[in-house]
Amino acid sequence: MGIGKAIVITSGKGGVGKTTTTANIGTGLAMHGYNVVVVDTDIGLRNLDVVMGLENRIVYDIVDVVDGNCRLKQGLIRDKRFDGLYLLPAAQTKDKTAIKPEQMVELVSKLKEEFDYIIIDSPAGIEQGFKNSIAGADEAYIVTTPEISAVRDADRVIGLLEAYGISNPKLIINRIRYDMVKRGDMMNVEDIVDILAIDLLGIIPDDEAIVISTNKGEPVVAEEKPLSAKAYRNICNRILGKEVELLDLENNEGKLSKILKLLFSK
Amino acid sequence: MFGKNKTKSKNVAKERLKLVLVHDRSDLSPKFLEMIKGDIIRVVKEYAEIDQDGLDIKFTRMKRDYDNTPVSALVANIPIIKVKDNCR
Repeated sequence: MGIGKAIVITSGKGGVGKTTTTANIGTGLAMHGYNVVVVDTDIGLRNLDVVMGLENRIVYDIVDVVDGNCRLKQGLIRDKRFDGLYLLPAAQTKDKTAIKPEQMVELVSKLKEEFDYIIIDSPAGIEQGFKNSIAGADEAYIVTTPEISAVRDADRVIGLLEAYGISNPKLIINRIRYDMVKRGDMMNVEDIVDILAIDLLGIIPDDEAIVISTNKGEPVVAEEKPLSAKAYRNICNRILGKEVELLDLENNEGKLSKILKLLFSK
Repeated sequence: MFGKNKTKSKNVAKERLKLVLVHDRSDLSPKFLEMIKGDIIRVVKEYAEIDQDGLDIKFTRMKRDYDNTPVSALVANIPIIKVKDNCR
């Protein structure tokens, strides 16, 4: 068997939006009608549950499943809001050594029998937790932000993935501020793609809507209006093989900057 | 008025990043790189006189010409002063 595709979301650096990206890609693919499981491998620092708004429904976790304390199906939390969407939460009270890479490979191959997409949220860093998260993955998406530290760490992770046999990772650039890019105070998409030399999967603008939706535990991708929601929907469409143009951040500036632009355009 | 003449901070970031990555990427095995460097110099020297100070050998990542797949590459920039007479 084994028909599903396992994708790891990783970055090296912490706080660049891996978990948010995992939640939104997972939810977005489920909205297309696919069976999706999002897997939190950040043992000891679990967070995908709160970003997904499923923290109150956890009974078992990934370590329970791997150790055989429960059946796989008991460990999976069904998201009642989206058909076909499930969460496998990380353990909060154990540490990263609670799972071995071989166990992850076995777990992911079991999940592949049940799901179309397995989206794996990687912990920050490049140690055991990272190695676990990539162990069963077929593909990797690298999340970075337009900051020197995040891009540097992304580069390191790309090299490590290659060494572990995951080639052709795709890039997601998060938290782009078009106003800063425009005045030359933030690296633009082209700069970053040039430096990292990998294919671009999508760009996400810095967007208050993400903060608000995270506060509520509702992935932003399900909302209609926010630009970041559109950005995540575009990414999902590209994953499904559709050709979608890059988000036009320029024409989606806030009203204030549009007025300023008119005033100073001469 | 909008600081057009000042160096854009993103260009500073880009340059710093490029430099640090050259180091990071070759950091995998400096010894290995030195060995390759020595061997390449030795081989090329048999055919041409080279400018050893201008020699630049580094690990980097680039897209393969024919299918755009990203690959790790060993890039060698070897300035040749003069090709040896007996090699022409």
